[in-house]
Amino acid sequence: MVEATNDSVVKKMEKILQKKNGFLPYYIQELLAQKIVEKGLEKDVEDVVDRALEQYNKNMVDPAEACGIVAAQSIGEPGTQMTMRTFHYAGVAEINVTLGLPRLIEIVDARSTPSTPVMTVYLEGAYRVNADLAQKAANQIEITRLQDIATIDIDIENLMIYVILDEKSMQRKDITKEDVIEKIKKMRKVGVEDDKERLKVTLEEPGYKNLMLTVESLKKLKIKGIDGIERVIIRKEPNEGYVIYTEGSNFEDVLNIEGVDASRTKTNDIQSVANVLGIEAARNMIISEAHDTLSEQGLHVDIRHIMLVADIMTVDGTVRAIGRHGISGEKSSVLSRAAFEITVNHLLRASKRGEVDKLQGVAENIIVGQPVSIGTGAVKLIMGTQRRKK
Amino acid sequence: MVDTGITKKIGRIEFTLLSPSEIRKMSATKVITADTYDDDGFPIPMGLMDPRLGVIEPGLRCKTCGLRVGKDGCPGHFGHIDLAMPVIHVGFVKDIRDCLRATCRECGRILLPDKRLETYREMRERYIKEGKDPALVLKMLLNECKNVEKCPRCGREVGKIELDKPTTFRENGKKLTPSEVREWLEKIPDEDLPLLDIERKAARPEWMVLTVLPVPPVTVRPSVTLETGERSEDDLTHKLVDVIRINQRLQENRDAGAPQLIVEDLWELLQYHVTTYLDNQTSGIPPARHRSGRPLKTLAQRLKGKEGRFRSNLSGKRVNFSARTVISPDPYLSINEVGVPIEIARELTVPVRATPHNLEWCKMMVKRGPAPTTEDGKYLPGVNYIIREREGMKQRIKVTEKNADDVSEKLEPGMKIERQLMDGDIVLFNRQPSLHRMSMMAHKVRVVPYRTFRFNLSVCPPYNADFDGDEMNLHVLQGEEARAEAEILLKVQEHILSPRFGGPIIGAIHDHITGCFLLTFNNRKVPLDNALQILSAVVEKEKMPKIYKDENGKSYMYGRDIFSALLPKDLTISFPAKVCSHPPCDPKDCPTKTCVIIEKGVIKQGVIDENAIGAFKGALISRIIQDYGNDGGRKFIDQVTRLGIAAISVFGFTTGIDDEDIPLEAKRQIEETLENAKEKINHLVEIYRRGELEPLPGRNLDETLEMEIMRVTGKARDTAGEIAGKHLGLNNSAVIMAKSGARGSMLNLSQMAGCVGQQAVRGERIHRGYRYRTLPHFKKGSLGADAKGFVSSSYKKGLTPTEYFFHSMGGREGLVDTAVRTSRSGYMQRRLINALENLKVEDDLTVRDTDSEIIQFMYGEDGVDPMRSAGGLAVDVNRIISDIEGGR
Repeated sequence: MVEATNDSVVKKMEKILQKKNGFLPYYIQELLAQKIVEKGLEKDVEDVVDRALEQYNKNMVDPAEACGIVAAQSIGEPGTQMTMRTFHYAGVAEINVTLGLPRLIEIVDARSTPSTPVMTVYLEGAYRVNADLAQKAANQIEITRLQDIATIDIDIENLMIYVILDEKSMQRKDITKEDVIEKIKKMRKVGVEDDKERLKVTLEEPGYKNLMLTVESLKKLKIKGIDGIERVIIRKEPNEGYVIYTEGSNFEDVLNIEGVDASRTKTNDIQSVANVLGIEAARNMIISEAHDTLSEQGLHVDIRHIMLVADIMTVDGTVRAIGRHGISGEKSSVLSRAAFEITVNHLLRASKRGEVDKLQGVAENIIVGQPVSIGTGAVKLIMGTQRRKK
Repeated sequence: MVDTGITKKIGRIEFTLLSPSEIRKMSATKVITADTYDDDGFPIPMGLMDPRLGVIEPGLRCKTCGLRVGKDGCPGHFGHIDLAMPVIHVGFVKDIRDCLRATCRECGRILLPDKRLETYREMRERYIKEGKDPALVLKMLLNECKNVEKCPRCGREVGKIELDKPTTFRENGKKLTPSEVREWLEKIPDEDLPLLDIERKAARPEWMVLTVLPVPPVTVRPSVTLETGERSEDDLTHKLVDVIRINQRLQENRDAGAPQLIVEDLWELLQYHVTTYLDNQTSGIPPARHRSGRPLKTLAQRLKGKEGRFRSNLSGKRVNFSARTVISPDPYLSINEVGVPIEIARELTVPVRATPHNLEWCKMMVKRGPAPTTEDGKYLPGVNYIIREREGMKQRIKVTEKNADDVSEKLEPGMKIERQLMDGDIVLFNRQPSLHRMSMMAHKVRVVPYRTFRFNLSVCPPYNADFDGDEMNLHVLQGEEARAEAEILLKVQEHILSPRFGGPIIGAIHDHITGCFLLTFNNRKVPLDNALQILSAVVEKEKMPKIYKDENGKSYMYGRDIFSALLPKDLTISFPAKVCSHPPCDPKDCPTKTCVIIEKGVIKQGVIDENAIGAFKGALISRIIQDYGNDGGRKFIDQVTRLGIAAISVFGFTTGIDDEDIPLEAKRQIEETLENAKEKINHLVEIYRRGELEPLPGRNLDETLEMEIMRVTGKARDTAGEIAGKHLGLNNSAVIMAKSGARGSMLNLSQMAGCVGQQAVRGERIHRGYRYRTLPHFKKGSLGADAKGFVSSSYKKGLTPTEYFFHSMGGREGLVDTAVRTSRSGYMQRRLINALENLKVEDDLTVRDTDSEIIQFMYGEDGVDPMRSAGGLAVDVNRIISDIEGGR
């Protein structure tokens, strides 16, 4: 007999499923195949499929299930058990990340920037294994300001500024003197001269005030790196090689750096994922971020609940917040919106626009005192009390 | 008439503005007098309490409809006030502003050529079709209008319209009176309205400037008569009085030809009163106040917010047939049951309709009266009321001791009796906060003495209840459908598995676990008499354990066999135990032999602990439910909890502070460890002071030092705990509880026996307080362990005063944290629920909201109910494989 592989077993299963007109999720097929190969049960594939199908069909959701409410409760209820402490050390001890309840609220709010943006930058090819190359990539990413590589002296008498470059840190950051001169030249109304170990910066409009202002902007002058990324840390991870962790996030620009593996690099800034990679990626980010936040607190929440929240946040192609500025504010029902927040404005607006509440949702029907069309309320079956005449 | 059970249904609700003519049309009377009652206490005609506006006193009849007060009585009728001069409706000022900015004062048309209007119309159509907010079109249109200088139709110069909050409009800085505004708005033709985001069928822009004010019925603003005979009017009435008074003065002054200035002042005053009548929290104007200084609650305030009409009275409603009292435990009740005190059972009733089939029974029940007992004084359900319907009138007859016999004779089919609760009735039981669906479950009633609700301890986790004074609510179901639904879907046994993670949320807790642990640990030999006593607690045994005899001829049973007595005969499962210290462990070659192997319903190896039967974790419970259904699960939990309690009662179990006694030698070791740690810290500080500390990447020196010290203190506490733990074995009650997962943790123990450890505020060592030091007991600038909140004492030894202080600081942070967290997470959950409440799984397993928009094409990507999933997987892969493997 030919050595059975996972793939061949999966193929066999698919055939059996086709014959039986059944369906099993692909990940289950794979798991089963893996176990079958492991235990050498190739002869029993059909048996396995039968049992799996039976169980799968038994485990299906009930139609009309109020899955939204269950999902909301499943995510909301553990919120009471989470910590409030904003800062925690996760993965890399050197970088602070918002965790716990504040982070969960942040995800659900779909904030444009997280309170602690961080990135995990994976590298490709030689960058992964070579420390120097990894450092080089990191240098491209981390923002380097003039004050990081030089001391700035002021000559008040001559209204001049001397920039004394630190060779050592320049070398470490992979910056040449020419780079610095180039950057300073681009500043407005200043002149630069190369003066051996130092650079002489002269002002076009000499003046004491201007001098001080120029010093300040010189200090903050970006020499290299990407805006928004304040700090990077390079770590060697087992089975991976070098990985760059950053404080601050700028997804689009980082992906363009040479050596960065754009297919795996991650940020916790969901909005920028949506902008750069599209809505499906954002949905997956919401799922993984929310799931990780909950797991980190030792709370187990089924992924399906989180998926549902992520899906409703992203159905219309943009990342919408959970709350009055997002999903709740865009509901079609006037009463439901009024019952949630900003009651009076919704009512006034509705009357001016002649809006009609069709009373299809849950909140509206509770308000008017009718059964809701979810769960057992969705069934429209009434038993006649009189016997049918023949 | 036959009751079909079909009731009228509200199909939709349309929202429109009231036009002045409509207001007049629906008005029962014009209101002109600011006074309410005359000196004799009668309402003044055409006053605010005119009897034509409805009645609030019981017995009186409404002068408009002739009905009385009550549920089906007079709903009240509107009146109206004719305003002498028009005023602007505060709620619509922004809409009025937009209308003025977009249109020409001369011709009333939108300030753009027809071609542009056509594009905007098309855009609007498109937006509506795509489900986007059409108000955005208006915004763009307004932006374009901003740059128009002359009306393209009549050539009039366009003025700059400014809105002076809250209600004043200016054109080129010149004030526009409400009359002028109204005249302007009247000119806007109907065909331009859609572009201004106004629906012609619902509103005309000029209706946003009020000329007539509706007066709500008295039923909406009832007055209260105080004990002193004084009348206290509703806030709305007060405000209306103000409006009428000023309105009258304005009219008189204007008719008398008073100077423009005075008229304008009064007009503005009228505007103020109407504004505050509508919304008393309009920014920019002082809120109208009651005589006592309390701001009035006017129309907007009645609707708004948590205590407003919407959230308090419409989304949530008060109910009858409910009870609330303190809860307490009762291990002899099934998880499906709830103990209801007699006093509550007598008050709560279930309606029963008398039919020819049950008439005799009903008569018997009524004859019993309202408080029957058996001969030996035990509770019997009686009947509180009889309801009969005659000519559409409902009549409730109270059953008393005296009239019971008479009333019972009069009973005939079609009438209803309200029967008191009896054993087996199904009720809903709830504890707030109701954070998930398991916070409200159906129980079967057991009428019990004393005054608390009682239930099985296993049901504490889903309700998150304890018995330190918690109260819970109980609701009696009133309809056949409701009872059926509760029986099938809401009973406790249907909720053993949590939909959150697919594991059991109901299971053994505390003593149940300890009891089963004691029974099964080291396969204890239990003397026969004890064994039988334990077994007698288990009502339905699957099998009887074997009896053995020892060398002395004494009979005994094995603990595992006793536990096996309640396992189904065909149960085969193995899983790691909580006590096993080698996770993840393969039960087959578990080094400690504590991991569980069960074959054909007999424990072959291992210890029953939290991982087997505990709430949240119990692998046994999960499996039993999977194989034997909810019914089997309920039975198992009922039995296991009884067994556990019986076992712990027989063996005896106690814990006290002497459980944390450790030998002198160990104490010395701990002291040494702590001493070393302190020295190490001092050493670190010294290095730091010398400036020789090597900073961690991305941290400055101070941070590095703190992190290093925190690491040392953390390690010191752990070492102290380890030393203490070495001397606390599994013969120690406290350790048994911690290791079996019944209660407490080893950390708790090491804090009691070893050392409490570093106290932290905001994740840092305590550093605030006095200048350069935390407390005056320490030297300025001290960075040592003691000075920064390291508690080296154990709880048992007791804390020094400074340690106690630091400990309290840490404790305080914890309290504040909890307080903040509950409100924040509560709000998050409210938002989540609101966003997701309309989603449901359709027959084709798509998830859609109630507008039929598809959210997911297949629920959870595989259509599997998380509650039924195997730890998140659609099918239990391991189970299938091991079953097939075993069956081969």
